[in-house]
Amino acid sequence: MLAGHFAAAGAIAARDSSASLTVMAKPDSTDGNRMADEPEINLNLKTWDEVKTTTCYMCACRCGIKVYLKDGTVKYIEGNRDHPVNKGVLCGKGSAGIMQHYSPARLTKPLMRVGPRGSGEFREVEWEEALRTATTWLSQVRMSDPRKLALFTGRDQSQALTGWWATQFGTPNFAAHGGFCSVNMAAAGIYTFGGAFWEFGEPDWDHTKYFMLFGVAEDHASNPIKMGLGKLKKNGAKIVSINPVKSGYSAIADEWVGIRPGTDGLFVGALIHQLLKAGKIDLDYLARYTNAAHLVIRNKSGADDGLIARDRTGKVLVLDSASGRPVAMDKAAKPALHGEVKLPGKPARTAVPAFQLIAERYLSDEYTADKAAANCGIKAETIVRLAGELAHAAFEQAFELPIAWTDSRGEKHKSMTGRPVSMHAMRGISAHSNGFHTCRSIHILQILLGTIDVPGGFLYKPPFPKAAPPGLKPAGKVGEVNPLKPLPGPPLGFVAGPEDLLVDADGTPRRIDKAYSWDAPIAAHGLMHTVITNAANKDPYGIDVLFMYMANMSWNSTMNSGGIMDHLTKIDEKTGDYVIPKIIYSDAYYSEMVAYADLILPDTTYLERWDCISLLDRPISEPHGPADSIRQPVVEPDRDVRPFQTVMLDLGARLGLPGMVKEDMTPKFPGGYADYIVNHERGPGIGPLAGFRGADGTKSGKGEVNPNQLEQYIENGCYWKYELPEHMRYYRMANKDYLEWAQGFGFNPNANPVTFNLYSEVMQKFRLAARGHGDVVPPQVHRRRVEAFFDPVPMWYAPFEEAMTDATDFPMHAVTQRPMAMYHSWGSMNAWLRQILGRNWLYMERGRAKKLGLRDGDWVHVTSHHGRIKVQLKLMDGVNPDTVWTWNAIGKRSGAWNLDRNAPEAKKGFLLNHIISDLLPVRDGGYRYSNSDPVTGQAAWYDLRVRVEKADGAAISEPQYEATKRPPGLLRAAMKIGERMMKGRGQ
Amino acid sequence: MTSLPDTSRPGQKKLGLVIDLDTCVGCQACATSCKEWNTQGYSAPLTDIDPYGPDPVGAWLNRIHGYETGEGENRRALHFPRSCLHCETPACVTVCPTGASYKRAEDGIVLVNPDTCIGCKLCSWACPYGAREYDADDGVMKKCTLCVDRIYNENLEPEDRQPACVRACPTGARHFGDLGDPDSDVSQLVKSRGGFDLLPQMDYKPVNKYLPPRPRRSDENAVPAAKLETVGKADGSVTERFFSWLDKALS
Repeated sequence: MLAGHFAAAGAIAARDSSASLTVMAKPDSTDGNRMADEPEINLNLKTWDEVKTTTCYMCACRCGIKVYLKDGTVKYIEGNRDHPVNKGVLCGKGSAGIMQHYSPARLTKPLMRVGPRGSGEFREVEWEEALRTATTWLSQVRMSDPRKLALFTGRDQSQALTGWWATQFGTPNFAAHGGFCSVNMAAAGIYTFGGAFWEFGEPDWDHTKYFMLFGVAEDHASNPIKMGLGKLKKNGAKIVSINPVKSGYSAIADEWVGIRPGTDGLFVGALIHQLLKAGKIDLDYLARYTNAAHLVIRNKSGADDGLIARDRTGKVLVLDSASGRPVAMDKAAKPALHGEVKLPGKPARTAVPAFQLIAERYLSDEYTADKAAANCGIKAETIVRLAGELAHAAFEQAFELPIAWTDSRGEKHKSMTGRPVSMHAMRGISAHSNGFHTCRSIHILQILLGTIDVPGGFLYKPPFPKAAPPGLKPAGKVGEVNPLKPLPGPPLGFVAGPEDLLVDADGTPRRIDKAYSWDAPIAAHGLMHTVITNAANKDPYGIDVLFMYMANMSWNSTMNSGGIMDHLTKIDEKTGDYVIPKIIYSDAYYSEMVAYADLILPDTTYLERWDCISLLDRPISEPHGPADSIRQPVVEPDRDVRPFQTVMLDLGARLGLPGMVKEDMTPKFPGGYADYIVNHERGPGIGPLAGFRGADGTKSGKGEVNPNQLEQYIENGCYWKYELPEHMRYYRMANKDYLEWAQGFGFNPNANPVTFNLYSEVMQKFRLAARGHGDVVPPQVHRRRVEAFFDPVPMWYAPFEEAMTDATDFPMHAVTQRPMAMYHSWGSMNAWLRQILGRNWLYMERGRAKKLGLRDGDWVHVTSHHGRIKVQLKLMDGVNPDTVWTWNAIGKRSGAWNLDRNAPEAKKGFLLNHIISDLLPVRDGGYRYSNSDPVTGQAAWYDLRVRVEKADGAAISEPQYEATKRPPGLLRAAMKIGERMMKGRGQ
Repeated sequence: MTSLPDTSRPGQKKLGLVIDLDTCVGCQACATSCKEWNTQGYSAPLTDIDPYGPDPVGAWLNRIHGYETGEGENRRALHFPRSCLHCETPACVTVCPTGASYKRAEDGIVLVNPDTCIGCKLCSWACPYGAREYDADDGVMKKCTLCVDRIYNENLEPEDRQPACVRACPTGARHFGDLGDPDSDVSQLVKSRGGFDLLPQMDYKPVNKYLPPRPRRSDENAVPAAKLETVGKADGSVTERFFSWLDKALS
């Protein structure tokens, strides 16, 4: 399998076989043999004249790197040993960064479109003309209706800036790529325990003895996970991987569980069923840190049904076991976790502890091992055994760390109890329409075992934990979007009930992506994947300017790529202009999206820019303390390009956006992004960087602006980290000293403990609205769906596409995995990475192929309810038999990325995206929901169902699109690479 | 033909790699870090031909292959990094007509002298491991140098004086050291983990060792599991039994 890796080796072998055997040398020693005189070689080679530190940017890990330079040329990149993220190691992509930097696909100058959209015909313009054009377009929008700007920034690592920019501009239509990445999981985590997987937390690698990975295909977080796996192996821990495909991390797991896609929630529910049934749960942990004991009101058809019972002062009520009465939480000696109790007052209502509802759900027949086994494709006895292994590790291998600490109630503890079970999950969970609930179930499993933020368990990374959910609400309500006015708050936040939604009085979404509407109420990261379709359909309204950054939305970053290209080129019959009239795009490379924009603002590579990896954005913290970092330009651009963030600040100043101009309307940050990083304050003493604050750089967290901050970061290796003292490293949801420190450091508005929501009252509030209660209720068309999917107790349901299509027509699942050497970086412009993986295949289980009469190397049609592609097949064993898969984002459009038009990426490679519909089939009164999770709007990539049939004809993948033209400024790619390297050789 | 140095004396240094197949996830970090160091180091350049065209190929000193291997429960996906094993009796050296291929007496590293290599490729035919790569553009044979220009390099920090692949490896699957010294960390690792030679029957005595994947720990090798017996009173539904246990546990 993984046959991509063989391609280049095969080519080399073929070349070797042409070896000439005729050249022989004369013997020159007495025994007839030539004795090699060992030549003098330079053991102290120095091919560099300086080494600079900065931060990698080829995925979301953001590893520290050391860049070796000679006369301003990049010679070598290695991991920075001191850096908290990667501690010296560097992955396959990061080590190929030199080829990312020197790729001939780099854009070289601003471009204005001259041909039709999609053609790639541009003329070069000067920056002044480009910026003036953008300013004119944007100021027209801002003066009339700021919503008509949709700013979506893809794999942006500067969302603290771009989100603020959107706020100051006044448009709520802002988000980055979270909506098509993993927002359902992020939301499930943050609403359940005030944290999440990936950069928001990680396993306690040093103490874990049992590690369960769900749907992680060699991605997120790349190097930290690899280092962690190495550590677990060394420590003898067991690694279990739940994944339909056995590649990458699954390949080295001690146990691979080849689950059927989309059934993880059922599998996890079955594990919980087993644990509950056997009483293998941490009752003390549940009572202390969760809402297990909180009383949930039973008042069928009442407006308070399912809400948490509170007394007049707002204190949560629990059932006091001793008295059998409902009393305020802090008054109960022993709160019950089971039992129905009458609540005082009228009308007559009863209540039960939240935990009772959780237990009833998971103990129901739906979650028996037999029931799950049939659906998940996993043997029932395996499920039972895995549950037993989890219980053994959590309870029979529990341990104490002799570290005294104090909890939020003031109770002093002599030690910290460790439970060495940790978990990690990613796209195999998030890319399904049931991902929110599945991820909630995973967190509930972790919590029942008592393993969140305990030694050996899953640990928060500061600034987490935060309140579940945090208090920050999305702005953009009626009355909050006005010409020439900023929004009153940021466009992204956390809704706590229907009253926080961004909908008009009639329920129409206020945002172009329909985030925070009844389509996707808890859309914490926005829904970038719906923007183009909605804008083209003017649903809910049309826009004037689409402004995107670093997001390949006409190709691999979208569902229905062909349909999206149609949307981007759709003509408004009334005006004769495009329905999306103006598109501005910023990218460093000639990606497929470039050809669809009207104005291109060329970005720098990651080695040519300032950046800040801010705690206000996605942090790089470690569990044992917060951290942040910078990028510094280690080389100057050799092209007429500018860093996107500096361009945004320039545009902001030209538009006169508040905070970006001084009182006299001159630019506030004339020094560009670097100037902003140092001098911008979000609140008093809080800026983009938390380190080296204060006039002399001695303060951390909060402190005055330090004019030498960047120099101090550079001196420190371009990062800053803060080590928490031992007693503040665990139990931080209720660790008094930590929570007080976090408040003082500016992470949280108060030092309140974080209560885990086994039962989600927020969800129930939406459900009540669907029953017609409250001021903000969904339109009729949405009510059934909201009622069904806003269950306050996690559940499992079949993914939508599976439920809505015929299993005989489309009997198989189709998913993608992330190639480690390409993940998040779309590395086809990288001369080395494309030799490792220059095309992809469709992989199918050997036995299934036999049944279908298919053979290794066959060309096949893969058909979904939405479309058909033609691809080449490879057979393997390590894949769930009901599943076919391929590597993500390897297929390229001919002409893009400045590759040869006949590049294997274009002619043999392919995308599944073409057959993934961006909308679900029509239902309920003709409405088409986005192909997304109904709670959060997360794109349901892996819900895809297909059939696979043998195809005839040419050995070329389909669809093929007309090749885009090479824009001006891009050089014809090199015929070979070698001399430049040779030049720097410091012999 | 070329002679080998006498490396039979006790205490002879045998520098090499130990590669842990139990831990390698196939991420390619060792391949690209090798390429980036060596394309500007001793082996410079490692030419890439047609790098952005329909058939991109280049010289690499380290390649990672993926296989499926084994039967039944132990059927596994394996990632196998392949590079020169710096054999004790390497045929690639003895076959060399010009003396360009040689084994260093001091540490056993097998190198090619680009100044005397005539590109005849006999060595790549002789090597059963496919560890040599001919750089058609440069006209000479290239191979793993064990980063000979790093491991003694006084321009590097002492802890960085190791092959680029070992320095980069994110899972810690690659180890570098003296396999001639039975007490070295790498020798001890080989001993404790049952490290093995590739194709020992060829008798080239590879210095590099591979560590085998540990047995899977599913059914027959499972780790200890708690007994999951249904708790609570003897009758009633599973839910009722659980609540009876819960009430008791909390009373």
